[in-house]
Amino acid sequence: MNWDSWLLWGFVATVVLTTISAATQGLGLTRMNIPYMLGTVFTPDRDKAKWYGCLVHLGAGWLFSLIYILIFQSLGAAGWWRGAIIGVCHALFVLVVVVALMPGLHPRMASEQQGPATQNLLEPPGFLALHYGARTPLAVVLSHGMFGAILGAFYHLK
Amino acid sequence: MPDRSPPGWRHHLFVNSHLSCVSSANRPGSKIQDYGAIGDARAVALVSKWGSIDWLCWPRFDSPSIFGAILDPRQGGRWSICPTEPCRTLRAYVRHSNVLQTKFVGSAGQATLTDLMPVSSEEFKRKSILPDHELIRELRCDRGEIEFQIDFCPRCDYGQKSVRFRDLGALGLQIEVGRGAYLLRSSVPLKIQSDGATASLIVKQGDVLQFSLTYAEESPAALRALGNSVSDAIERSIAWWQQWSARSHYQGPYREAVTRSALALKLLAYAPSGAVVAAATTSLPERIGDTLNWDYRYCWLRDASLTIRALLGLGYLDEAESFITWLLHATRLTQPELRVLYTVFGEIAPQEREVKHLAGYFGSGPVRVGNGAREQFQLDVYGEVIEATAQYAQYAGCLDRMTQKALLGFGRYVAKNWDRPDEGIWEPRERREHHAHSRLMCWVALDRLLALNEKGMLRAVPRDLFTRERDRIRHQIESRAWSEKLQSYSAILDKDALDATLLRLAWYGFEHADSKRMRSTYQRIRESLGAGNSLLYRYERRPAEGAFGVCGFWGVEHLALDSATLEGAHDEFEQLLNYQNDLGLFAEEIDPRSGDALGNFPQAFTHVGLISAALTLEEQDKGKQHPAVHVGSDVKSSRAKARA
Repeated sequence: MNWDSWLLWGFVATVVLTTISAATQGLGLTRMNIPYMLGTVFTPDRDKAKWYGCLVHLGAGWLFSLIYILIFQSLGAAGWWRGAIIGVCHALFVLVVVVALMPGLHPRMASEQQGPATQNLLEPPGFLALHYGARTPLAVVLSHGMFGAILGAFYHLK
Repeated sequence: MPDRSPPGWRHHLFVNSHLSCVSSANRPGSKIQDYGAIGDARAVALVSKWGSIDWLCWPRFDSPSIFGAILDPRQGGRWSICPTEPCRTLRAYVRHSNVLQTKFVGSAGQATLTDLMPVSSEEFKRKSILPDHELIRELRCDRGEIEFQIDFCPRCDYGQKSVRFRDLGALGLQIEVGRGAYLLRSSVPLKIQSDGATASLIVKQGDVLQFSLTYAEESPAALRALGNSVSDAIERSIAWWQQWSARSHYQGPYREAVTRSALALKLLAYAPSGAVVAAATTSLPERIGDTLNWDYRYCWLRDASLTIRALLGLGYLDEAESFITWLLHATRLTQPELRVLYTVFGEIAPQEREVKHLAGYFGSGPVRVGNGAREQFQLDVYGEVIEATAQYAQYAGCLDRMTQKALLGFGRYVAKNWDRPDEGIWEPRERREHHAHSRLMCWVALDRLLALNEKGMLRAVPRDLFTRERDRIRHQIESRAWSEKLQSYSAILDKDALDATLLRLAWYGFEHADSKRMRSTYQRIRESLGAGNSLLYRYERRPAEGAFGVCGFWGVEHLALDSATLEGAHDEFEQLLNYQNDLGLFAEEIDPRSGDALGNFPQAFTHVGLISAALTLEEQDKGKQHPAVHVGSDVKSSRAKARA
C-alpha cells in the first residue's frame, strides 16, 4: 500500500468533498450541513459546532478514504471511474442508512416521533435526507462521487 | 395523580337536547364550532360533539386525511362512537389539557367518551415501546345503561380510496395503505362490513370500552395493550399537559382563555422541527357555499412575530427558541428571499390542486390541497421574521453568526425592494398593490436591525443604508398612506381604502396609539369595518365574509395602548371571548349574525392574537412599557415626535 499517496490524496479528496458540500448549501441545493451536524454532537454553540464539525469531518474523510484505497488495492487497479462508483455507493449508504440512524445517535437531533415536548434540536433528516431539501440526495451523490473520483484518479498503487 | 376534574364542564357547557344520532350515515354535518381538537404536536384530530372523529391526517398535519367527514360526510370517512337514542351532550377538556371528554346523558343512563392522542415525556418514550402515532378513545358508562353505535369508516387519501381490513384476531384490525399501516385495537368485537367496521351494543354502569388506533410507517407497529395501559396513557397525558400549562407566566384576569389558546397553539406546533402551522384543516370555508376555501396546514411567516410574542410572553422559551430556529434555518434554501409559506420541514408548500371527489364543508367546494399563495410576493414577511428574532434576542441576549448573517441578508433585500408592489398580508389573487402594511413591516425590519446593532447583538450592519431607507419608508407612509378624505391612514398608498392592519401601526411603534392620526384611523376603521360586539372585518368587501378573528384582538390591543381607552379595551376583549366555542377554540373568522365559526379550525393566528391582546392588557394595567419600545430603534423618537 502506498501510504504517502493515501495521506496526500485522502486529504485532498476530503477537502474537495467539504468544499462541494458547502457550495451546494450556498447555491441553495440543500440545507444538509455535515460538519455542522457532526459538530453539534459536541456543542450546541452553532459557531463552535461548525469548527469542531469541520475538523471531525476532515478526520473522518481521511479515514474513510482508507477504505477506498483498500478496495483499489484489492482490485489491483484504481482509476477515476472506479473511485466514482465507490463514492456513489458510499453516498447511497449515507443517505439510506447513516442518515436514518442519526436521530437515534445524535444527542441534539429530534426524531420524527419528537413531541409534544419541544427542545431546540436539529430537525430530523427524513428518508434520503429529503427534509433538508428535495435536491439533497443529488448534492450528497455529487460530493461523494467527486471524492471517490479524485482518490481513484490520483492514488498510485504500489 | 393529575387533576381530572374539568371546571369548563360547568362554565362552558354544550347542551343540545334535541340531538339524536340514530346512525352516523344519516347524521347531518356538524358546524365548525361543534368540534374539539386533540393532538400530539405532530397531528390533530377533530372530534364532533356527536362523538365522531371527522378529521385526521397522519403522520403529519399536511398528510392526506384518513377521516375527512368534515369536508364530505359521505366520502370523507369518520370514526364515530355515539348513542343510538336521543341524548344531551356535554363536553369539556380535562382541566388545562388537550384531553377531551364528551358526556352523553340519555333517559336511562350516562356515559363519558374520552378522546386523546397520548403524550409523554421524551425520557419516558426512550424507556418504552410506544406507537409512533396513536389515538385513544375510551367509553365509560357512568350510570344506568345506554346503547351505542360504533362506526369505524376510514377513507384514505382524502376519501379517494376505500380501505381493506385484515383481521389479525386478538391483535386487531389492520389496514395497509401505501408505505404505512393502521392498526385498530378494540376491547369489543367489531363486525367488518364492506366499508368499515361496526358494532352496536348496550353499555351498563361500570362498563369501559377502549380503542387504540395506531399508525406506523418506519418500523413494525407497536401494539398498545388495552386495559391498564390505556388508562395509564390517559393519566400520563393529562399530567403532561397540565405540567406544560402550569409553566405559563400569565397572571392576568383571562387565565382560562389564555391557557386554552396556548394549548391550542401547542397542538399546532410541529415538535420535530419547531414549525407552527396556521390551522389543522383545509378548505373550511370563509363564506358558506362560496369558493373561499384554502389549505392552511402550512407555516405562514406572517404569523411569526405574534407567535413569538405569545410564546415568550407566556414563558414558553423552548418553544420560542425552536420556532425561531425553524424560521431562520428551515427557510435557508430560499434566503435571502422568503416565501409566504413553507411546510413543517421548510420545503416550499405543494402546488394547489382541487380534490374533486369531496363535496366540501356544507357543499362549499372546491376542496383544495396545497396553497397557491406559495407563488406570491409579500414584503411583510421580512418584518415579521426580523421582529420575531428581535423579540427573541431580548431573551437570548445574543445572536450567533449564522443568525446574524441571515438577518443582514434579509435587511439588504428589504433595503433594495421595499418600494415594490406586493400581494400583501391578505393574499388577494387579483393584483399587486402598494400596501401600507407591507411598508410598515419593511420599516419594522430595518428599524429592528438597527436596534440590534445599537445593542451590540448584530455586527456589520450598513447603518447608513438601513437608516436612510427606513426614514424613506417612514416618510412615504406618513405622506402617501395618509388620506385627508378619510382622515385615516389608508391600506393602499395614494388611495382611500381601510383595512384592519392599519391598527398595527401603533403596535409596532411606528406611531403612538394616542396620536391624533391614530385615534382618527381607529374611529374610521371601527365605523367602516366594525361588525358589532367588538368584531372587525379585515377589509371592505362585498359580499362580506366573516369578521376576522385576529382583527378584533388587534382592535383590543390598539385601545389598550392608548391609556384613555384601556378600560374599553377590557370590555371589548371580554365581548370577543363570547365568540369562542364551548371549548375555548376559535376558527379564522366569525359570522357576526349567527356567531358561527368560519374558516379553518382551530386557527393559530386567532389564538396568538388573543394571547397577545391579553398580554398587552396585563402590561398596560401594570403600567409597563409597550413591547415595541424594547426592540425598536426609531420607536422612542417617533413616539416623542407624535406627542409633540
